[in-house]
Amino acid sequence: MYMKSVLAASTAVMFAAPALAEPTAEVLHWWTSGSEAKSIAVLQEEFKENGGTWTDMPVAGGGGDAAMTALRARVLAGNAPSAVQLKGPAIQEWYEETGLADISAVAEENGWADVLPAQIADHMKCEGQWCAAPVNVHRVNWIWGNKQILDENGIEMPSTWEEFNAAADKLQEAGITPLAHGGQAWQDATVFETVVLGLGGPEFYKAALVDLDQEALKSDTMKEVFDEMRVLRGYVDDNFSGRDWNLATAMVMNGEAAFQIMGDWAKGEFLAAGKQPGTDFVCAPTPGEGFLYNVDSFAFFNVDGDDKQQGQALLAELIMGPNFQKVFNMNKGSIPARTDVPLDDFDDCAKASNEDMQADSEDGSLLPSFAHGMALRGAQAGAITDVVTAHFNSEMSSEDAVQQLADAVAASM
Amino acid sequence: MEWLERNVPKLVLAPSFVAILVFVYGFIGWTAWVSLTKSKLMPRYEIDGISQYTRLFASPRWDVAMNNLFIFGALFILLSMVIGLVLAIFLDQKIRSEGVLRTIYLYPMALSLIVTGTAWKWILNPGLGIQEMVRGWGFTGFTFDWLIRPEMAIYTVVIAAIWQASGFVMALFLAGLRSVDTEIIRAAQVDGIPTHRIYSAIIIPTMAPIFLSAFIVLAHLAIKAFDLVIALTNGGPGYATDLPATYMYAMAFSRGDLGQAAASAMIMMMVIFAIVVPYLYSELRPRRDH
Repeated sequence: MYMKSVLAASTAVMFAAPALAEPTAEVLHWWTSGSEAKSIAVLQEEFKENGGTWTDMPVAGGGGDAAMTALRARVLAGNAPSAVQLKGPAIQEWYEETGLADISAVAEENGWADVLPAQIADHMKCEGQWCAAPVNVHRVNWIWGNKQILDENGIEMPSTWEEFNAAADKLQEAGITPLAHGGQAWQDATVFETVVLGLGGPEFYKAALVDLDQEALKSDTMKEVFDEMRVLRGYVDDNFSGRDWNLATAMVMNGEAAFQIMGDWAKGEFLAAGKQPGTDFVCAPTPGEGFLYNVDSFAFFNVDGDDKQQGQALLAELIMGPNFQKVFNMNKGSIPARTDVPLDDFDDCAKASNEDMQADSEDGSLLPSFAHGMALRGAQAGAITDVVTAHFNSEMSSEDAVQQLADAVAASM
Repeated sequence: MEWLERNVPKLVLAPSFVAILVFVYGFIGWTAWVSLTKSKLMPRYEIDGISQYTRLFASPRWDVAMNNLFIFGALFILLSMVIGLVLAIFLDQKIRSEGVLRTIYLYPMALSLIVTGTAWKWILNPGLGIQEMVRGWGFTGFTFDWLIRPEMAIYTVVIAAIWQASGFVMALFLAGLRSVDTEIIRAAQVDGIPTHRIYSAIIIPTMAPIFLSAFIVLAHLAIKAFDLVIALTNGGPGYATDLPATYMYAMAFSRGDLGQAAASAMIMMMVIFAIVVPYLYSELRPRRDH
């Protein structure tokens, strides 16, 4: 009986589907953990409410390595998914390999250019045409502190790296681990880029880590950055090897450590544990000026068939829709990519982040994060990460590190 | 009919032969081709020369990976064979409950390398494992933090790998010891030759083929070692415990650098050939004494 009704239903679908030509979308993403899955479900719901058929293609595996392998196989087989979670220069890299769908019509109709910061809008374009849609902005250069520890030791959130070092020395004397850090290469790279920005300033950051200028890479400022990294290494406890970032966040939460340098996804961990910003934990930008962003986005691949192309248009419109941008980012801990979404329901850290983004967007210090794949292509970002993590985890001198950095970047071109 | 009789073996073998030709040798050829191109995210097919290999040999990370392979390979193979042989000789002393002991020794081989790596990660973690335990006993100066020291971390991989494989080597050797002709041993015992001389002069030399098999099995385990490193250290601290296999994985799947990954894969294959070809040569050459 059951078998029969299944058969009947599936035949009905087979006959009905081509006739209606309703928008369909197959979406490849790696948002499979709790808060992430909840966030993507919001989009899925909206898509269905607008009459679309959503085929979910989640590929588990942190960082999206597994998802990219799946994507490569699909593209080689000539059967690309409609939309793929891609970000930064990887969008342009894929565009050069296979071409991407043009969604300029949707973008112009909805005035994306007016509501996105120019730097972020540039990431979404392939040779002038729109080919991707942003869902959020994560600020990477945050420093998180345990309020209670800081109050007990009379420490303010540091605004220069000297102040940070002084505060950390004081904490170390008091027997508290100053810096919670996890032992993974990308975490080392995250701390590194905040130090580059803090010590060198936005101009230097752009020259060194975006334009890969050899002068900047070999400069004395870069040596100072590596010196500071060596000092920071001394503030990390001995067991950090292989630790995940969220375990480091938990150390700050539980009072085992005072600070963590990590993007605003760490806030999600604090909030999930019922901690309040301002009373249990404090957030501040890392010392120095500038805003390092990490923008998640969806790129649209070339697909055949009206239903699929309509699906892409609908998806693009919904992703940039004010409602989705708000609900999604409240779940994920980030801020909307659109600058015109009211932030009344967001927490103070998010509001501060949004203000800084708009201010820094105007004076040119809104910069792409290299550690999170926004500034450079995979091979170059990887080459820099290798040097940074090798230096952080060994006794390498700053002179050697600077030389290796310049060589590695030159070899990766 | 006659034709069929003559050709049935060929017909039966053909599908698997073709499959192996395409999916093993065909893809080796494809990888070799890609390693000579400028492939990044997707394979490209314009030949560019050996630039990927020069990049590979200029990379400090690849140096570390190759050095680690030699340190890990040499120590792992040597120590697994020594420990396996010693365990096998001890078990060969006609003791009671030998079956139980043999199972206990062999059991680590039944575990996945991921499990071995994760367990040893906890055991070797200075804040949780051996170091903390010994300090808890009152020896506060005791230090055993190889796992977090870049220059020593590769030896922790050796320790975990030996723990996993030596029981298996023991089983191989035990079978070899049992296959030695007991008449010869008896004759030696009658002549009053001490036991250690019997082992070193008679039994172990007759087991030469088993040494060779154990060596080949361990060597290929060493070269393809991947999951153990991923679970135990994930290549860290920094990239201090990278092996060629983890390097290749990082390039192919995290970095979008297919050309570089293909070049490293070709070098790994050459290392394997350097070991396996002499072995095949010694196995396949026509025997004079037949």
